[in-house]
Order: sequence, then C-alpha cells, then structure tokens
Amino acid sequence: MNLRLERIVLPLADFPLELDATITSQVTAICGPSGAGKTSLLDLLAGLRRPRSAFIQLDDRVLTDTATGRQVPPQGRRIGYVPQDLALFPHLSVRRNLLYGHQPGNGTGEGGLFSYAHVTGVLEIQALGDRGVTHLSGGEKQRVALARALLTAPQLLLLDEPMANLDRALKQRILPYFIRIRDEFRVPILYVTHDPDEIRPLCEEVLMLERGKIVQPIR
Amino acid sequence: MSAEEWRIVWFSAWVSALSTLIILPPGVALAWLLARHEWRGKSLVETFVSLPLVMPPVATGLILLKLLGRRGPIGGFLHDTLNLDIVFTWRGVLVALGVMSFPLLVRSTRVAFEEVNPRLEQIARTLGASNARVFLTVTLPLALRGLMGGMILAFARALGEFGATIMVAGNIPGQTSTLSLAIYQSVQLGQDTDAFRLLGVSVALAFIAVWTSEILLRRKRRAL
Repeated sequence: MNLRLERIVLPLADFPLELDATITSQVTAICGPSGAGKTSLLDLLAGLRRPRSAFIQLDDRVLTDTATGRQVPPQGRRIGYVPQDLALFPHLSVRRNLLYGHQPGNGTGEGGLFSYAHVTGVLEIQALGDRGVTHLSGGEKQRVALARALLTAPQLLLLDEPMANLDRALKQRILPYFIRIRDEFRVPILYVTHDPDEIRPLCEEVLMLERGKIVQPIR
Repeated sequence: MSAEEWRIVWFSAWVSALSTLIILPPGVALAWLLARHEWRGKSLVETFVSLPLVMPPVATGLILLKLLGRRGPIGGFLHDTLNLDIVFTWRGVLVALGVMSFPLLVRSTRVAFEEVNPRLEQIARTLGASNARVFLTVTLPLALRGLMGGMILAFARALGEFGATIMVAGNIPGQTSTLSLAIYQSVQLGQDTDAFRLLGVSVALAFIAVWTSEILLRRKRRAL
C-alpha cells in the first residue's frame, strides 16, 4: 500500500490537524492521547470530513485534493471503517448488517477472498446470521463490525480503538482475528489506539500523534 | 346515527387522513433538513412553520381565507387558470387541516431524525450506500416510531381542527361540515343528544388511530 497524505490541514476544536506523511506499511498504528485528532484523521480518510487543505492519494487513486476541488464521497472510496462504537445497524439482523455493503465483484463472489462464506468463516461468526445485533456479546459485535467492513472488499481498513471497550481476556481472544485479517486478506490497516502495547504483535509502524501533529515516527 | 351523521363522520375521517398523507412528503423532507443540515434562514423557516401552532387557529384561517379566496393571490390564480375554487369547498377543509397539523408532524419527525445516531449514517456511506439508500435503509427505519407518532398527532390535530376550518370552509351541510363543526352546531341548536353521539364517534376514531399505530409499532419491534 501507498498512502500519501500531503499538506493536511483540518481545523479541530482547539488546534488544527496538520500533517504530511507517507504510509507504506501493511499495518500502521496511530497512537496518541485522547483528543489528539486520531479519530478526525480516520474520518478525513473515510471522506466524512472536509479538510481546509489536503492531498490524499491511496495507491493510484486521488481521494481528496483541495487544490483541484476533488473530494471522492465516502461511498466511492472503498475504505472500510470500523468506528469505536462499531455503528452496527440496530434494526437489522447480523446477516443484513454484514450484507449491507456487500456487492458483486472484486473477490466478493462465491469462493472469493471477500465472499460471505470466507469472511464469516475466518471471523467465526457463521452461526450468528439471523440474530439481532443488540443481543450479541462484545467480542461478537466486534467481529461482526470487522466482517461488515471486510465484505465491501476494501482497499484500506480503518480501525478506531477496536479493543478499547474489551477486557484483557477478551483482547487476547480478539487479537488473533486481527492477525488473521492481516495475513489472510492482506488489506492494509490503519489502527488507532491510545495504547501501543496493545498491538505490538500486529503492526510494523507506529505514528505518534499529539495535538494534531506527528511527533515521532517509530519503527 | 342518521345518514347525515355518518356522512359527516366519514368526511372528517378521510379528509383528515388525506391531509396527513399530503403533508407527509414535504413534512418529512423539511424535518430532515432541519435535523441534519445547517443553512441560511433555517431559524426563520422553523419559526414560520411553527406559527400555526402558536397563533389562534381563527387567525391562521383568516390568512388562508385571504390568500385562497377568489380575490386572493393564490385563490384568484387557481380560479382563473384551473377554474378551481378552494374556499368554502372540501378543498378548503383539506388546506386548513394540512396547514394546522403540519407543525406537529414536522416537530415530532425532526426529533425522531435527531435521535438517529449520525455515525450510523456515516458508516453506511463508507459501506458504499448512496445518500438516498442511507436515508431509506438507516435514517427512516430508525426514525419510524417518531414519524408514526407525528402522523398520529397530525391526524388527531386535523380531526379536532375547528377555528381555521370554519374560516376557510364555513360549515356547509353536506359539503364542508366536519365532526368538530357538527358537534359545535348541535350544541348551539340545543341538540345535545346529537352532540353526544358525535362526541362518542370522535372518541372512537381517536382510539382506533392511536391503537392501530401502537399495534403496528409493536409488530415492527417484534420483527427485529
């Protein structure tokens, strides 16, 4: 993956998010204290917020370029986003949640990498199909939200504090699923967390974000 | 009940239902705009829409009468081009009911839209859904309870409307006579038993409307 972020300026409540970075690792952690602008950065990448200035290119596709006025809408970005509160649709069953963004093409067909059977198999949620999402356990909700994003065959996966609401034991059980996602689907991941230790086994690169700026890239 | 009374009940019920259905699309659209967007003149539109709720219904009726009468700007135009009369016809009743119940529909629907977590709509878009699909598959279903409540309120308001209706449509027996107007007229004429019969029908209609919506919502919830 090659994600170019140039002259990013996005005003936040107290300070602007300002950064220039090129991200090439398969899994990159974005760490920093709460309020550092981590979620705003993900929103920006997903196309949910309009920056004052930005050039964002994912591989060969320019997603945002304020110089030319280009702003690909969220529905055209093919970026999977799992927000902190997961945003599962409470009025739909697990199956209908999963199939919400599932469309033919790009390996989503039968036997494909992003097929319903394969994704639900990897995340071990085949049996949940007809249940309502409100009755799932924390770990199950987490996996359903991940699967829903994967079923769109995304070119980039944004995860916002995916383990923040899970206890230690559950974290240990969920982590292997992230590793399987990394290895089986080979989707590049941006993983936002305030706790870098949480994902040491998972990621190659860590970006430290503080008050809207990258303070020290560590490898 | 006499045939005439049945006619009045039937007229009241369908004209109230029709006015609710007619204001539904613009009401939902406006509620959504108010709940989800910031635009110039928004507070002005909000205030304007709420006016019929706060003004004396008779005053609203007078405004409508002046606008829709044959010499009024709208009524004159409709009469000249389409040969359509509004004032003192069933269409006048329809307009009066629609205008009077519009703010109730908009208010409850707006609150219902505001209670839908915007994050759900945003994530639906990242899953590839167009704005229209997001509205139809996420926003609307999640706001349905509030929307139904708003429709019931609007229908109930229409059923009980008096002041604006009598200004715009009069109380023409067999043409514009509604339940509320007929009850008032019966009492005026000292025909209390007639008034009580119509009163009973009003209670029954209101009961059926609210009960039906409760049952529909309960089914909807169970289906989840």
